[in-house]
Amino acid sequence: MIRLLERTHVRVESLLVLAGLVILMAILSPVTGDGTRVFLTANNMFNIILATATFGILAIGATFVISAAGIDLSLGSVLGLASVSGAALVVTLGWPWYFAIIGALLAGSLAGALNGFIVTRGHVPAFIVTLGMLGIARGLALIISSGRGIYGLPDEILFLGQARPWGVPTPVFILIAVALISHYILAHTPFGHHTLALGDNENAARATGINVRRQRMMLYTISGFMAGVAGLIFTARVNTGDPTAGLNYELLAITAAIIGGTNLFGGRGSILGTMIGALIMGVLQNGLNLMAVQAYYQQMAIGAVLIAAVWLDQVRSRGRQIQ
Amino acid sequence: MSLLELAGVEKSFGAVQVLHGVDLKVGAGEVVGLVGDNGAGKSTLMKSITGVYPVDKGTVSFNGSDITRLDPGARREMGIEMIYQDLALAPQQDVANNIFLGREPTKRLFGLLPSFVDKTRIDLEAQEMIDRLGVHVPSIHIPVGMLSGGQQQTIAIARALTFKPKLVIMDEPTAALAVREVESVLNLIRQMQNEGISTILISHRLNDVFEACGRIVVLRRGNVIADLPRNNTDMAEVVSYIVGAHG
Repeated sequence: MIRLLERTHVRVESLLVLAGLVILMAILSPVTGDGTRVFLTANNMFNIILATATFGILAIGATFVISAAGIDLSLGSVLGLASVSGAALVVTLGWPWYFAIIGALLAGSLAGALNGFIVTRGHVPAFIVTLGMLGIARGLALIISSGRGIYGLPDEILFLGQARPWGVPTPVFILIAVALISHYILAHTPFGHHTLALGDNENAARATGINVRRQRMMLYTISGFMAGVAGLIFTARVNTGDPTAGLNYELLAITAAIIGGTNLFGGRGSILGTMIGALIMGVLQNGLNLMAVQAYYQQMAIGAVLIAAVWLDQVRSRGRQIQ
Repeated sequence: MSLLELAGVEKSFGAVQVLHGVDLKVGAGEVVGLVGDNGAGKSTLMKSITGVYPVDKGTVSFNGSDITRLDPGARREMGIEMIYQDLALAPQQDVANNIFLGREPTKRLFGLLPSFVDKTRIDLEAQEMIDRLGVHVPSIHIPVGMLSGGQQQTIAIARALTFKPKLVIMDEPTAALAVREVESVLNLIRQMQNEGISTILISHRLNDVFEACGRIVVLRRGNVIADLPRNNTDMAEVVSYIVGAHG
């Protein structure tokens, strides 16, 4: 078990935090009439995973870019743009249902590719490029939709968000599939090795013949693509192309990646760790909801978790250096 | 015929011209020492050979073909390896992965999925190389950043040798090492020479240069100002070229 965690770079601490949080929330959760804890009901568990699925996929995108010492602040906004783009093609223009999928994935990938292009060609810091894209994508989403939700998607699309094959919500299957493929790419392909090496020491990556520019370009495109997938799921879940979808989700996604063990300064990243990080955020949000904690306080809690996670990581890595 | 041949190589960074038309030849199995003061252009010259810096003017040929326009990856494929002064290691990746960085062997899983990194083979061959060089590292599974400077140097050399290079360029390989480690690096260079591998050794430590090299080239202000067979010169003469006493 420990070997497995080591090999997948999952931190034991993050698993302990998740377990502790689940226990804490179960204890603090309200009790129903027949004496069961609301938090522990199967329905609530599905709610957690369903909520986690959307920003969990964003967090996978964040893991790819952060492992390579990059950052993508535009994830949440691109999610919104993807949501609106897919819905507009099908609902507003009346194109066949699958254009909702094509539109969302394409919009996400294009926004990501544009991020990558400006970062690699223009040598503008990723922080600035993706911060700018955060504004651009959100603005574009509002323009396309005239600031209103685009309702009424076909059943084929709703299936992706609302159906429960074998009793399990479809987004959960999508999340698991995306996570497994991403884990395979990051941990077991040359592309993944090069991503970590690039984040670890860019000069080393370049000196060993890795095409650093192409690598970055692809990483930001992957990140945008993930925002597209998340946008599609969001649209299907709420039956709306929503221009405000994914607001502040980059905060959740980046926090999930960092508490999952991805090094903010690059060189280390784990998709499975990120999934645990996403679950931690999902459990935290859900538990606070059940305890009827106001959304305002939840925002504060998530922000505090992010800062604490990076702080702890800094303390740890300083400890390593002194050794 | 020379293995490596540079003709009229020029390189500028902005308004600063670092290389002023350098000519240099290195034969197969030859060990050449490259010396010069700080800022003489040694590192720039080496990076022009490996392709990290594209040259502004002049040609670089290797093994009879013109490689002036090739990128570092392609040149590495042809057999040019460089060991950087800053070692170019990825500190958080393990020893074995560092040795195979940029050229990971792959296999197909179930004959279907493309390019799975063959970690078993990486570990096996990395261990073989470490053993062959007689290097002591606690484990090939620990991050390179946790090793000592001397150990990191040997990992960098191991990486260079794993791919059977024809030419190895070493930038100050002995600068940060303990006495015993210096001796083993110099022995390694001799061992490579016996296998027919050419070496360009950049060093401020003239003792090491005289011990390992058959020929000593002096670079000064971006020009080759002396090309001396070791048996025909001495340290005093080399130093006088380095400091510019010969004009």
